Amino acid sequence: MAMPKHTALYDEHVADGGRMVEFAGYELPVQYTSLVDEHTAVRTRAGLFDVSHMGEIFISGPGAFDFVQLVSCNDHSKMTIGRAQYTGLMYPQGTFVDDMLVHKLADDEYLLVVNAANRAKDAAYLMGLAADRDGVEVRDESDSWAQLAIQGPLGAEILQPLTSTDLSELKYYTFVFGEVCGHRAMVARTGYTGEDGFEVYTANENAPEIWRAILAEGRPKGLLPAGLGARDTLRFEAGMSLYGNDIDDTTTPLEAGLGWIVKFKKCDYIGRDILEGQKESGLDRKLVGFEMIDRGIARHGYPVYLAESDDDPVGQVTSGTQSPTLGKALGLAYLPIDATEEGTEFIVEIRNRRVAARVVKTPFYKREKK
Amino acid sequence: MNVPADLKYGRTHEWARVEGDVVVVGISHYAQDQLGEVVYVEVPEVGFDATAAEELGTLESVKAVSEYNSPVNGEVIEVNERLEDEPNLVNEDPYGEGWLAKIKGSIEGSDLLEAAAYTAMIEAESA
Repeated sequence: MAMPKHTALYDEHVADGGRMVEFAGYELPVQYTSLVDEHTAVRTRAGLFDVSHMGEIFISGPGAFDFVQLVSCNDHSKMTIGRAQYTGLMYPQGTFVDDMLVHKLADDEYLLVVNAANRAKDAAYLMGLAADRDGVEVRDESDSWAQLAIQGPLGAEILQPLTSTDLSELKYYTFVFGEVCGHRAMVARTGYTGEDGFEVYTANENAPEIWRAILAEGRPKGLLPAGLGARDTLRFEAGMSLYGNDIDDTTTPLEAGLGWIVKFKKCDYIGRDILEGQKESGLDRKLVGFEMIDRGIARHGYPVYLAESDDDPVGQVTSGTQSPTLGKALGLAYLPIDATEEGTEFIVEIRNRRVAARVVKTPFYKREKK
Repeated sequence: MNVPADLKYGRTHEWARVEGDVVVVGISHYAQDQLGEVVYVEVPEVGFDATAAEELGTLESVKAVSEYNSPVNGEVIEVNERLEDEPNLVNEDPYGEGWLAKIKGSIEGSDLLEAAAYTAMIEAESA
C-alpha cells in the first residue's frame, strides 16, 4: 500500500486542527471542529475546502473538440470559451468511467476536472483512446494543481477583495483566468455543495497563501474551513451524485436520474447506442431519494426490499445520512422502476432490522435563487 | 480530554460507574469527540443479557455508525430513553445526562482500565 499523498495545503490543515483521514490516496481533513457547524456555515455563510485531490486532465490539439464529444454523453458544441459543463465520461456500455466537469479553455483546449479516486483510470482510458486518433494530446496535470473551493452565500463577498476579477460578472458555470492574492489562478463559479461559490485553481506553491488569505478575510464574516464530511453531506442534500456510491461503472446516467446530461442531438459517442436503447425501451431501475418513516439511518450498501416479508433485496442504498439542514434521515437508492413513484413505501434493512422508507423528490435541498 | 478518575474504562472507549449492584454505562468524552455530533442512539432492550466486550448498541453520527460494547456481564435493567429525542446528550454530557444503559452486574473479573491507563491509551492512539 502506497503512503497517502499530501496536498499543497497539508500543513495548513494540521495547523487549523483538521482531523486527517485517508481519502482517494490523499491525507485530507474529514472535519476541523464539527461536521454540522461546517455544513451550516456553508449553507448560511461560507466554507473553505481543499479539493486539490481532484484530477486535472487537459485535452488539446486540433482534434480536442471531437475527442471530448466522443467520450462524453453531454453536448459540448454550444460551449463558448470560459464555460463549464457537467457530464459523464462513458464506457461503451453506456455506464460511467467517471463524472466530470468540462471547461472550455480555447477552441482547441479543454480541461476535464475528474474525481481523485478515478484520476489514474480516467487518464489511462483517455490516453488509450487518444493514441488511435490524430491531433489530440491528453495530459494529466493533477499533481501540479491545487484547488480551493469557497462555497456559500458570502463566497463572493469574501473572495472579491482578494482578486482583480469582477466576481459579479462571473456567471454560474463560467470561469476566467485572473489573479488571486497576486498569483495566477483560474476562478470558476462552480461547486459541489448546492450553494453559490467558487473553485480556485492555482499552482501548488501559491495555494497556502491563498488559503490563509481567504480564512483571514472570511473568518470575521463567519466562514469556516470545512472538511470532507461536510462536503459529502452538502452534495448529498443538493442531489449531486458521488462516484462509487450513486454512480459507477454499472450504472448509466439515465438510471441515475441524470438524463439532462445525455444528449442525442449530437455526433456519435461512446455508449450512445446503449443509452438510446435504454431511452426507447424504458428503464428497469432508477435512482430515487427517500426519507425514513421508521427510526434509523440508512447507509451506503444497506439492502432494500419491496415488502417486509421479501427474501430477496431489489437494490441497495447508495448514499444515506442524517441531513443536517433538514433534520431528517434521508437516502438514495436504486429501485425497480415500478417502485420509483413519489410516495411509494419500501423497506431498508439496517443491521438486520427492517424499517420503512418512502420515496421523495430530489434534490432534498435547493437554495433560494436571488 | 476529560477522563474522570472515579470511572473504569473499556478498551473500546466505554465507561462504567458502579452504583451498588448496578453498573451505569456510557461512552467516554474522547469517544464522543472522535465520533462527532451523535444524531441517533440505539440502546439495548431492557432485559437484554449483556456480555462484557460484546456489542450493546450503536451510535450514529452524521458521518458514520459505530458500535459500543458492554463493559460488564449482566442484565440491562434501564436504558436512557431521553436519547431518543436528544441524542446530542452523548456529546454534551457523556459522563452524566448522556449515559446509555444500566446493567445489573459487577465489574469484578471484567478487563477494565483505570483512568490513568485509559488516558495513556488514548494519548497513544491520537499521537
